[in-house]
Amino acid sequence: MKERIKQMLIKEFLQMFRDKRMRMVIMVMPLVQLTILSMALTTDVKNIKVAIVDRDNTVESRSLISRFSDSQYFDVAVTLRDDSRLPQMLDKGEVLAAISIPYGFSEDLKSGKQSPVQIICDGIFSNDTAIIMNYAGQVTALFNSRHLEKVAGKIADAVNLEGRAWYNPNLESKFYYVPGLIAVMLILVGLVLTSMAIVREKEIGTIEQVMVTPIRKSEFIIGKTLPFLITGYVTMTLMFIIAYLVFGIRIQGSLLLLYACSGVYITGNLGLALLVSVTARTQQQALLTAFLIIVPAILLSGFIFPIHNMPEGVQAATIFNPMRWYLQILHSIALKGVGAESLIKPMIAQAALAAGFLSLAIMKFQKTID
Amino acid sequence: MKGFKFQRMRAVARKEFIHLIRDWRSLALAIAIPVFLIAIFGWALTMDLSDVPTVVWDQSSTPQSRDYLSHFQGSPYFSVKYGVDNYRDIQKYLDTGQVIVALVIPWDFGDRILAGKTADVQVIVDGANTNNASLALGYVTNLSLIYNSNIRTKRMAGKRLGATPGQAVIEPRAWYNADLRSRNVIIPGIIALVMVVIAAMLTSVTVAREWETGTMEQLISTPLRVPELILGKIMPYFVVGLTDVAIAVAMGRWIFHVPMRGNPGLLVLASSIFLLGALFFGLLLSIALKSQVLANQIAILSGYMPTLLLSGFVFGIHNMPLPIQGITYIVPARYFIAMLRGIYLKGVGLEILWLNGLLLTIYAAAMMILAHKKLRLMLD
Repeated sequence: MKERIKQMLIKEFLQMFRDKRMRMVIMVMPLVQLTILSMALTTDVKNIKVAIVDRDNTVESRSLISRFSDSQYFDVAVTLRDDSRLPQMLDKGEVLAAISIPYGFSEDLKSGKQSPVQIICDGIFSNDTAIIMNYAGQVTALFNSRHLEKVAGKIADAVNLEGRAWYNPNLESKFYYVPGLIAVMLILVGLVLTSMAIVREKEIGTIEQVMVTPIRKSEFIIGKTLPFLITGYVTMTLMFIIAYLVFGIRIQGSLLLLYACSGVYITGNLGLALLVSVTARTQQQALLTAFLIIVPAILLSGFIFPIHNMPEGVQAATIFNPMRWYLQILHSIALKGVGAESLIKPMIAQAALAAGFLSLAIMKFQKTID
Repeated sequence: MKGFKFQRMRAVARKEFIHLIRDWRSLALAIAIPVFLIAIFGWALTMDLSDVPTVVWDQSSTPQSRDYLSHFQGSPYFSVKYGVDNYRDIQKYLDTGQVIVALVIPWDFGDRILAGKTADVQVIVDGANTNNASLALGYVTNLSLIYNSNIRTKRMAGKRLGATPGQAVIEPRAWYNADLRSRNVIIPGIIALVMVVIAAMLTSVTVAREWETGTMEQLISTPLRVPELILGKIMPYFVVGLTDVAIAVAMGRWIFHVPMRGNPGLLVLASSIFLLGALFFGLLLSIALKSQVLANQIAILSGYMPTLLLSGFVFGIHNMPLPIQGITYIVPARYFIAMLRGIYLKGVGLEILWLNGLLLTIYAAAMMILAHKKLRLMLD
């Protein structure tokens, strides 16, 4: 049995790496993508181009403006006296936001009225908008309290916030996105490659040749999955090395636990891919089906879009998403450095899913071949 | 295009159509994937953060601290889930990811507020998810500022200063998307994603399949010429792609009520050009690589992820580091998404979008010419 599996492994590896271009796709592309995409994924908002419309043009209005322009969030592109050019600038995307101070701003402040300052944002970038609005609120509150002090003398603030971000004190996006992208790349490459594995032999007709050899079905399945498990591990290791060398991300927790859990994740993906592969008739079908799995797996994993804001039904469905659990495990081990005791739930879920996919694939395969 | 015969192209198109229709599962998937994608994006996904799961350690437990906390309980942004009385439990909730924010109110909070002093409040956020963490920190800060200003008004009254001085109040406005529904932004963008994926995936196998199954030799022996073959191959998938666009637009219009402020004709035109570019790109891969697995793999890796992440679809290009911003210029979806949003949400036309349109056209033309050049109808 060992010998037959060994021969099968040799064949599979030869097939996979014979083509130089294939070696590139399997080994190099995920690494390049990881590097480029990791740098692109940032939700750090800074240097937002704003236009300022200062209709008042007084000491007070300029003092408010300087509070905005001093911050790292805003980059004042232009200061206008009226808003006639504003629609055009926003339409063209020359600025993403505008701050408009009304005529009579300083008069209002002196006479004890509330003076409306408009913050206009390009709502297309809704994430930036939320942060800009947050920040504009803070800048204005600070302005108000200084203004109040000038008039009424010092009044103590009620609360002083001591904000602290655990696990990632400077809130750098890369610590979140780089491990996340590793999980994405693993499912992407693993599922696409493996889903082609069996259907390819079916399509070119070599599966009949394999079936007339003394190889057993279980050996065939092992022979088909093992090479992808090994390549998956190698790709993953290379990606962690890049994460460390390029992005300075160290694994805080146990490396052994991480590798064990990653093995479960990769195996689960392989099971899913085999399931696709045995049910598909052509490589094109296999690929489209794999894609139909990959897309929701990535989007509904909590990687980009928070799970707890999804509708209840969808939240419940994410239980069946292996990437959801792996992402949680990966972030917890890599960033939080927690041990197995805090990860019992995701680990069980992940293992159950992997076992389920794999046994379904084997059952389905038995039937297809007979 | 010497000797180009429309009839021969039609024959290839017909053959490809039959391929497509026979393989009903692929065809069904080519329609189902877009519907499915739009449905999950439309219903399930939002980057907006609300109901942030929060844990509170109220050491003070006074009317003052409860007053402060009521700002959080009443806010849609927070969902105060647990109360604890030690840091160990806070650590546990954060470690397991059950909460994102922990608030610690100190013992002397009530006394200090009553005495007119400032009290320190500790906020701990789970920095592992940076986006959620910075949004959540912003929300905490804003609620605290509101509390500050309430207390300040009371303290002012204590000083008997007479009239309170005026203050600046923010009037937030979001143009193009007044209610800040992420759906309005995402649905137009999804058209690009769907098309990249479907188009490049479908065509990336077509020529490679002929090579792999050996039917290419039969094609070579016919009088068929290169332009007839590539145009004929593209035709059926162009129809499928436009059907997908129609489905996306219809779902956006009638199910998700995304406003359409611009010219629908321009939308169709831009979509067609982008679609052609994506189809020829897939075909080019298929011609150049002669292997279905390889062409597919590259079509997905170079199509899906860059379109999702480098086109401005989810992450604003203006926030990326400069070298990466440079790379986004070679992602065609970048221009298409800018056009889609311009047409859908801003209601602008070619007077502003002409450059994006021009670059898309150049891209499509380049892909067509490359595919044409690469395809040799002869045996190696």
